[in-house]
Amino acid sequence: MIRKVVTGADALVRSLEEEGVEMVFGYPGVAICPFFNSILDSDIQTILVRQEQCAAHAASGYTRVSGKPGVCVVTSGPGATNLITGIATAFADSIPLICITGQVDSYQLGGDVFQEADISGSCESFVKYSYIVRRASDIPRIVKEAFHIANTGRKGPVLIDIPHDIQMDRVAGFAYPVGVNLRTYKPTVQGHPVQIKRVMRELSRARRPIICVGGGVHLSGAVKEVREFSERYDIPVVSTMMGLGTMPSDHPLFYGMVGNNGQRYGNRAMNEADMILMVGARLADRSISQPDLITENKIMAHIDVDPAEIGKNAGPSIPLVGDIKEIFTEFNTRDLNVDFSDWLDFLDGIRDDVINEELRKRTEARKKLAEKNAAMKEGMGYVDPRVFIRALSLAMDEDAVYIADVGQNQIWSCANAVIRKGRFLTSGGMGTMGYAFPAAMGARLACPGRQVVAVCGDGAFQMTMMELSTADQYGVPVKLVVLRNNVLGMVRQHQHLVYHDRFSVTDMSPTPDLDMLAKAYRIDYLKLTDENKMDETIREFLEDNRSILLEVCVDPDDIC
Amino acid sequence: MHRRVFQLLVDNNTGVLSRVAGLFSRRGYNIESITAGETADPRITRITVVTSGDEDILEQIEKQVAKLVDVRDIHELKPSESVYRELALIKVKADASMRDGVITLANIFRGNIIDVSEESLMIEATGNSGKIDALLRLLSGYEILELARTGVAGLGRGVSNVIMINREGETYRYVDGEDTEE
Repeated sequence: MIRKVVTGADALVRSLEEEGVEMVFGYPGVAICPFFNSILDSDIQTILVRQEQCAAHAASGYTRVSGKPGVCVVTSGPGATNLITGIATAFADSIPLICITGQVDSYQLGGDVFQEADISGSCESFVKYSYIVRRASDIPRIVKEAFHIANTGRKGPVLIDIPHDIQMDRVAGFAYPVGVNLRTYKPTVQGHPVQIKRVMRELSRARRPIICVGGGVHLSGAVKEVREFSERYDIPVVSTMMGLGTMPSDHPLFYGMVGNNGQRYGNRAMNEADMILMVGARLADRSISQPDLITENKIMAHIDVDPAEIGKNAGPSIPLVGDIKEIFTEFNTRDLNVDFSDWLDFLDGIRDDVINEELRKRTEARKKLAEKNAAMKEGMGYVDPRVFIRALSLAMDEDAVYIADVGQNQIWSCANAVIRKGRFLTSGGMGTMGYAFPAAMGARLACPGRQVVAVCGDGAFQMTMMELSTADQYGVPVKLVVLRNNVLGMVRQHQHLVYHDRFSVTDMSPTPDLDMLAKAYRIDYLKLTDENKMDETIREFLEDNRSILLEVCVDPDDIC
Repeated sequence: MHRRVFQLLVDNNTGVLSRVAGLFSRRGYNIESITAGETADPRITRITVVTSGDEDILEQIEKQVAKLVDVRDIHELKPSESVYRELALIKVKADASMRDGVITLANIFRGNIIDVSEESLMIEATGNSGKIDALLRLLSGYEILELARTGVAGLGRGVSNVIMINREGETYRYVDGEDTEE
């Protein structure tokens, strides 16, 4: 712990210590140098990323696994603006982050001086709140408030922009506030008893209820409570992309992901239901394409900590504002006499039909893939990414963290990764390519004992692959899968379906030699081109606690 | 489309007006007018926003604004329970021969003449927006050289919806003529 708090920078470091921060992800520059000077006297670990955006993604991965807000610290101007995509990504998925940016001296503010950027103005629409520090003595209060705001209610990133001279200013002693005194900010935690009663009453009358879980369930730490509720009354569960992992993939009450990239039986289940409990989900366009129709002929109870989400995309029959964990803990104390076995039988029938039909279709596609492979040279060939992802996830530790990037790899991952006691992380709201690898690094640092696997395409991987150097420097063992098809598959697929194969700016060939790249960054490398060698390759990939890159060749013409 | 007047009480923090206005613009909400000024307590600013939209949008406006960390309170100023006022400065082109006509109009609207020159008159008029609009309509026979309107400021009538701030900066509702805290 920092012993003597003399300057604003000391106060900032000390405040982070008071919040229990163990590591910060960052990149220095002159405007944030006082902070990085002070942190030398602290036990807080610093991780130097290779580009600022990755500091935010790494902090996001850290947050989502540890449950504590991740902290990233960068310099003014370009350092701060590079962070923006990371902040926006966290905001879209309600991930609490503390983003600290250095700023030019306060008397130079607004003068367009070297490396000055109005970062608080730039980030206004995707931070939960932002501060420009004007007095060094305000620092402890601001840090205390920032952590409180970031990690309560609808969570999200908070920005603290701190001019260079304020970091250098002397402070008279240090006292960390015990509580926060925010009169304007008081999120609702407890659900309204009348609304809870209404939900219970409607549930007891419903014949075909379903729970649709979103990312809010993880953010609230309510996985156990929601699962208990579903199991207690045998209520089926579907999930948005961000809610995946709430129920184990193979749970008998789990009916898959909804939305345009979800499972057809999941969407059918939603349509057939007469009551939906929408839990911590925004009903955004990718999960519910026509939200105004969702309440036709059914009752929807919308449970969310953010009152503004309720009624934004669809008017619920029963709005219920509050923390999901609190509400489901309350739900679980009630007694209901219900029997939904007919409904479950019906859903199982749908699921079996859809799965059988898809299997039939897949058999055709796999036959074509085999023909393609047969025509290719020795040592070349494509692997079906669905088969690979399923096998990979099943071979992973039960509590492993699976991080999918953005693109076809994400859609294949959502549909095929089997999540048991682990986590499934991805950039769902913003869809930021390059998220997976730095987030995996942050997640691994948050839980050194746990297996963390990042699955990217070769497009997204190249957006943040410089972090291989960070992982090497700090000895962070990350298991990295690159599904290689030499194209930007998701956009190419769109150009195939919508633009009649007029492929424009989606070919990346030749992609770099990943073997040589792995060597350059001193990590191990494996390549998979043949499904017959899949199991042993996956075993080798996952064994030991070492960094390794697995290149999996997939068909550029495959459609997810 | 409904027109609605919202009154906001916000903490007087740096950039608060830009946070409120920015929220309206990025979410595509209308602002017909926005006015802001310190309250009797310098820590607090009162903002009056005139906006319009369908019921769903108006509900979202209220919820999204309430979510801003600096916002203490937002509520509708209902026409039947509130007074709205706007101030307009209207510079009319008028030489000596036309002055009387303009002055007569200004008087009818209880406006004041606050500047006069060889070729122009300046009217100061206050009232609700409808009254200002009516005055401008009647002045349409003249040439208006310059016009400045402040936008609407409003307050609820009586003491039924008064929000007070105590020395500690806590807000509370003024109750029944007694200055008690809830």
